[in-house]
Amino acid sequence: MSTNITAGGAPIGATTTVPDSRGRFGDFGGRYVPETLVYALDQLEAEYAKACADPVFQAELDELLQHFVGRPSPLYHAKRLSQQVGGAQIWLKREDLNHTGAHKINNTLGQALLTLRMGKKRIIAETGAGQHGVATATAAAHFGLPCVVYMGEEDIRRQAPNVFSMKLLGAEVRPVTSGSRTLRDAINEAMRDWMASVADTHYILGSVVGPHPFPRIVRDFQSVIGRETIEQCRQRLGRLPTMAVACVGGGSNAAGMFHPLIEHREVELVGVEAGGRGSQPGDHAAPLTYGSPGVLHGSFSYVMQDEDGQTSPVHSMSAGLDYPGVGPEHSYWKDTGRVQYTSCRDDQAMAAFDALAATEGIMPALESSHALAAALELAKARSPDDVIVVCLSGRGDKDASEIARLKGVKFG
Amino acid sequence: MNSIDQLFAELRSQQRKALMPFVTAGDPDVAFTAEALREMVRRGASMCEVGIPYSDPIADGPVIQASYTRALERGVKLRDILGMLGQTAPSLGAPAVTMVSYAIVYRHGVEKYCDQAQAAGVAGLIVPDLPAEESPQLLDVCTKRGLCLIQLVTPLTPRDRALRICETSTGFVYYVSVAGITGERAALPAELAENVAWLREHTKLPICIGFGVSTPEHVKLLAPAADGLIVGSAIVRRVAEAATRPPAEVLKQIGDYVASLAAALPGD
Repeated sequence: MSTNITAGGAPIGATTTVPDSRGRFGDFGGRYVPETLVYALDQLEAEYAKACADPVFQAELDELLQHFVGRPSPLYHAKRLSQQVGGAQIWLKREDLNHTGAHKINNTLGQALLTLRMGKKRIIAETGAGQHGVATATAAAHFGLPCVVYMGEEDIRRQAPNVFSMKLLGAEVRPVTSGSRTLRDAINEAMRDWMASVADTHYILGSVVGPHPFPRIVRDFQSVIGRETIEQCRQRLGRLPTMAVACVGGGSNAAGMFHPLIEHREVELVGVEAGGRGSQPGDHAAPLTYGSPGVLHGSFSYVMQDEDGQTSPVHSMSAGLDYPGVGPEHSYWKDTGRVQYTSCRDDQAMAAFDALAATEGIMPALESSHALAAALELAKARSPDDVIVVCLSGRGDKDASEIARLKGVKFG
Repeated sequence: MNSIDQLFAELRSQQRKALMPFVTAGDPDVAFTAEALREMVRRGASMCEVGIPYSDPIADGPVIQASYTRALERGVKLRDILGMLGQTAPSLGAPAVTMVSYAIVYRHGVEKYCDQAQAAGVAGLIVPDLPAEESPQLLDVCTKRGLCLIQLVTPLTPRDRALRICETSTGFVYYVSVAGITGERAALPAELAENVAWLREHTKLPICIGFGVSTPEHVKLLAPAADGLIVGSAIVRRVAEAATRPPAEVLKQIGDYVASLAAALPGD
């Protein structure tokens, strides 16, 4: 048993048998947290193992996903968009049509059920774009649990409609004023709350980041995306797609899409990070593209950091991608070469948003627009026989005022 | 023998207790930190804990977090801190340990960090985000250099796990008084002294209590159960004033405060 963490090494090919019992995806992952949280993480790991072995748990979750969330989400052939691009056929996995408008609800319902099983009485969460906050507030309201959501002040400004929704759903939104006042600081504050409240509180972490077992649990709950995609492709196309593309902030929708496809080696997988304004430090939020292995928020993974290990400032117009770290399984997939990671600038994502709205009548979230932008580029080089599935992880209504601001439009 | 082991051997033989104040390195600058370390030892500190500022300190409350932010905004770098320690620690007359995130140790290089800490006269490391399961490699590197790696036990740590942690901790074990973050607290849990006493019966390792300890009353109450007490936020809060007040005044205030805590230790 080696406890060394060393990045890189020869590609060995990714497997789906990760993480190991210590939460390692190859070298990545682990549990770099204060001792106070070890108890809660052990408890969560044990409860999750029990739940996985309990058919009642899966049945409860399936019931909720079908009748409360509205799953399965459609797989939609964007014909006019594909025609305009003139290459591969683009299909959209419509997570934007889920209840609450994004993939986040898949995870929050699962973790809310775990909260009940652990006998905990209170839920806390962090949020960036607000989608995870809304999905957590929704799950908390559904089960009658009090809920506190930590959100950076900068994100509260950018995502006002979601803040209001969370309050309407009965959650308390606590502004985070420390550091960059974005998702990263919201996670710090949620962890601090949890340190003092672990006995009666569950922290519903919203992405495949953080200490073991969160990256695994969130990936598993989001894997319904990839499982449905496989099933829908088989039914409608008679085969698997050529390629699947998803945006990567922390990386939960991408992990959910990719994980069931990992062993299907013929399917190319592409993760798209936020390229922001450009490649200079501080202008983007793309740790897999520009970062290096390090420790952030309890996990060993690629991170944007300076030479001392201090987390670097990042930028994306999309609050949900504005994060200096990334889930450890993505780092594993990157280093094994199983998934290709690229990045897309703010302006490219905006152009993709406009294209989808104009050709298909669908407004994607700014986060999902990054995946779409990369897919449009990739599609050009492919033949019309190729199929690219894009995970449309959320809807764009929440971004309307921010898009107006970015476009210099005043309304209201 | 490491200077921490020496210190506790001496204190135990005299039935005395340790007082370990904490100060954030580079707040407001490393020159002040060096002065503060000397002043605290002069006024009764038996060890000093030097906080290495980190951008994302999840175990720390608002006071220490703000001090880290101030220090980083003023541009303090690890090399400045280790340089200051190299000038200060060897002549301090008390062991100095660094409280440092594993994010920093890993990025700097585990062996390089330990080499440089040892060369600077540092006696040990507290790495608050490196639980026992993740610590074997760093422990090995520390042990080979005669550095202590101090592990933490909390009120939520099951007793069998606490004993396992004591086996992987060197120098002393840091008993976190409350489930939560660092910061001053008016009242500490009633069962704290009892839990520490239990652990002390089951390990030879000295035990120091930290988190929330801030008054001479706390010191009087807890010192008999432990081998030492750690005081952080209460000092950092006073240091925070150093940017706007004459540093000499702030240093004296910190010294008076440390002396008031030292006077509350039994046997002094």
